[in-house]
Amino acid sequence: MNLANMNLLTLSMLLPLLGTVALAFTPKTSVLLTKQIALATTVLVAVVGILMAINFDFKAPGFQFVESRPWIPAFGINYALGIDGIALVLILMSVLLTPIVVIAGWNESEGGRWSAKTFYSLILVLETMMIGVFASTDVFLFYVFFEAMLVPVYFLIGGFGSGERAAAAVKFLLYSLFGGLLMLASIIGIFVMSTRYGNRTFDITTLAGLHTVLTPMMENFLFLGFFIAFAIKAPLWPMHTWLPDAAKSATPGTSVLLLGVLDKVGTFGMIRYCLTLFPEASKTFTPLIITLAVISILYGAFLAIGAKDIKRLIAYTSISHFGFITMGIFAMTTQGLSGATLYMFNHGFSTAALFLVAGFMISRRNSSTIADFGGLQRVTPIMAWSFFIAGMSSLALPGLSSFVSEFLVLVGTFTRYPVAAVILIPVQRALHGPTTPGNENLPDLNLREKVAIAPVIAIIVVLGFYPSPLLNIINPAVATVISQQGFTDPAPTTSEGK
Amino acid sequence: MIDFVSPTLEYALLAPILIVLAGALIGVLIEAFAPRSARASSQLFITLATLTISLASLIRVRNSASTTAAMESVTFDGAGMLLQASILVISIIAVLLLADQENFTALASTLPGSDEERSSLQKDLRVTEIYPLTLFAVAGMLLFPLATDLITLFVALEMLSLPLYLLAGLSRRRRLMSQEAALKYFLLGAFSSAFFLMGVAYLYGYSASTSFAGIHAAVLGGTGNDIYLLSGIAFLSIGLLFKVGAVPFHAWSPDVYQGAPTAVTAFMAAATKVAAFGAMLRIFYVSFAEAYWQWRPALIAIALITMVFGSLVAIAQRDVKRMLAYSSIAHAGFLLSGVIALNKSGLDASIFYLFAYGVATVGAFGVVTLVRDSAGEVTDLNRWSGLGKRSPWVATAFAGFLLAFAGIPLTSGFIGKFSIFSAAYESGSTAILITGVLSSAIAAFFYIRVIVLMFFKDPVEDGTSVVIPSIYTQITIIVSAVVTFALGIYPTPLINFIQSTANFLR
Repeated sequence: MNLANMNLLTLSMLLPLLGTVALAFTPKTSVLLTKQIALATTVLVAVVGILMAINFDFKAPGFQFVESRPWIPAFGINYALGIDGIALVLILMSVLLTPIVVIAGWNESEGGRWSAKTFYSLILVLETMMIGVFASTDVFLFYVFFEAMLVPVYFLIGGFGSGERAAAAVKFLLYSLFGGLLMLASIIGIFVMSTRYGNRTFDITTLAGLHTVLTPMMENFLFLGFFIAFAIKAPLWPMHTWLPDAAKSATPGTSVLLLGVLDKVGTFGMIRYCLTLFPEASKTFTPLIITLAVISILYGAFLAIGAKDIKRLIAYTSISHFGFITMGIFAMTTQGLSGATLYMFNHGFSTAALFLVAGFMISRRNSSTIADFGGLQRVTPIMAWSFFIAGMSSLALPGLSSFVSEFLVLVGTFTRYPVAAVILIPVQRALHGPTTPGNENLPDLNLREKVAIAPVIAIIVVLGFYPSPLLNIINPAVATVISQQGFTDPAPTTSEGK
Repeated sequence: MIDFVSPTLEYALLAPILIVLAGALIGVLIEAFAPRSARASSQLFITLATLTISLASLIRVRNSASTTAAMESVTFDGAGMLLQASILVISIIAVLLLADQENFTALASTLPGSDEERSSLQKDLRVTEIYPLTLFAVAGMLLFPLATDLITLFVALEMLSLPLYLLAGLSRRRRLMSQEAALKYFLLGAFSSAFFLMGVAYLYGYSASTSFAGIHAAVLGGTGNDIYLLSGIAFLSIGLLFKVGAVPFHAWSPDVYQGAPTAVTAFMAAATKVAAFGAMLRIFYVSFAEAYWQWRPALIAIALITMVFGSLVAIAQRDVKRMLAYSSIAHAGFLLSGVIALNKSGLDASIFYLFAYGVATVGAFGVVTLVRDSAGEVTDLNRWSGLGKRSPWVATAFAGFLLAFAGIPLTSGFIGKFSIFSAAYESGSTAILITGVLSSAIAAFFYIRVIVLMFFKDPVEDGTSVVIPSIYTQITIIVSAVVTFALGIYPTPLINFIQSTANFLR
């Protein structure tokens, strides 16, 4: 078991790369073999991920599966990996979603500019980076994954999407690069400060003490560099405009990875980097951030009401959800953080379900306009009900989960209704609307599609009723974040999360 | 009355320069005596052999250091060795691009459009003079960052510049533009040399010495007239800033980059930068370090303007060579932060950045030489659309170089940018850091636009195609690409080597 502990993280990052190498030697014409290799690799990675979860010690504080090797010693940079409960949950989500995306998007690569080989190579490289970004305990390494991840996503959107895909890809990349470069400034700031006040390091645990020696102004600036980058990634109003375009133009599978996993890097980063490294600045900016979050919640919901395109609609509701998550994080209570982390996981799967079913509908109807899906429930009941469950989970699950920090209850009361209404639009049309001409003979989900959607729906339902296994993983990590930086829960709820 | 002392020279330390000069002279002899048919291949062989032997002799003496390599006017030290090595490596891969004669005019002396030109083309004449000219320029470049005497520095400056002026005018297509570029480069270069000399005069007036050590002593002593020092630094800097293409002394570079044969542009853009920044680092770190309050604010201002201007204007370019020229202006701004940093990490970072940037530049121009139609190279960006479909590997390589210029992680450009900005910030310059990352964001825009053109637009049917690269060009592009990514993924060996070796002897 020790041996397994040593290597599981690196192994899970290495496997997709090996898959890419295997793909490189696959002839271009054997598309089926390409897909099989990609599927086998991602399933294998998922198994490794589950092994990781089984071997994870829920009770132990701090990082587990720790591994550290010098990378660029001159700058104090290490290839350092390790996960706490929050990272584990997100890695688990990533490795489970990727094979589902591969199955669901079995034919997605076909409308692209390049071969299936390129498509799956990009997906596999992206998987490595997704794991790496959550598993890094070295700030520099995190940044490398954070930025390098943009390149495969850029080509996935621009090369395999639909409509104005090139423009959407560029918009995505420019927004992200801008945020990333601001973060680079902060990282250089951290580097110089850590050199000045002790030893050169990028180790997150050591750096967590850096804020004690920084001047408030310096801390605020460094915080902003990180926060703006994350607020672009997990789009908060007003940095959100790239998301609907990207989500609309990307293939449904890419959208799942984009909204389900990549955008979580932003919210994950807020917990791991903003709160941990700059607790004082986080407190300073909380009012502003909560305001932005509330605006995002409402704005996303209102835009979604008006959306005609089903993928844009999902993207807009996601902006709303990211508002909720951000609010939970900056509530800085154990409940808020645990709720936010659970929310991230749930949002990953419910968005995945929505996008995948939307993808099935679009591929049948060759249209992504909501009005075209009228009366699908009669014709294709399984598809329609899957969408219904996913839609319901998208609005209800977070409400049912332990997402009960004071802020959330307060604001959630005011915002639940527009969000609910929004998701109900397509659901209502699909279930009760008159059958749109041309929809009468649409086939229902085939076996492959059922295989893809079933685990997602299963996870959504099971976690809706019984979220405590996940919370058991999350809570100790959250408690560490909270206690380490001297945040205190408001009086009545102090001990509940521990 | 001063007695004339016969000079003592440390030949082992000067060997890299002397070998290149010898190779250049052999090249001249070949031009004079070898039969026409044998020239091209023998010249290429001699040039490559010379550069390789020079590099080998440099490696042999890598651990020596001496301030008296040539009577105190040349100092051989760790930083100088690293800069020379970078110049040699970059020259070797750039010379391989020269081997593709398609770039060069058949007979330089013919008037464009004249009958002689046509007949020279028909006779398939070749300008093999480019090889010895390149070697002379390389010799000047090798001397430039080692010079510790203003006169030697000036000689080296002219030695590297004159062949480049000539080389810039040798393009095969659009010869008028090429000759115009050469003339512009020459005239503006002459102006900048005049400024440089004026600076030398002022500094002599200030310190009664032309040696770096003498000026340093005078600065430390603080007895001289500060006006002379300030004017001296200002005029000298104008000469040097001209060579690196910093704003407002950049006006030549877009025209010359565009007009010169692409292979020459590659060599000039990469190797000249290393040499000029090498000399600049030395003079500012060695002689002017203690007077930093006099020059630093001005240099910071120039660096900021250069970064922002280069990045902004590059957006408007429709020609790939001009775009790369403005991008090189922006990079000159980034590199100036290494000079401003004025600390050990600034020196290390600058050397790393120079090498990484130089290699990527040669690779990028190498790709430019491949995209052609029946009338020669196609540099209009619109006609590059769909390149990724036609020749995925060439487009991928070019995209890789652009990502390195943009400083995306896992490329050498990222490590360079990180280290040079952190060095500047370490020395207290927040403005450089903030402006640097913001102009990098602007720069990313036009790099990405080219990637979009190549990969996401459909090819236009206008005869633009990628020629099958010759073996030489292939080597250049592959080596550049491998180095660019290797230095991005695992730069540790090189960084450690630079860190332990780079220092300036006073």
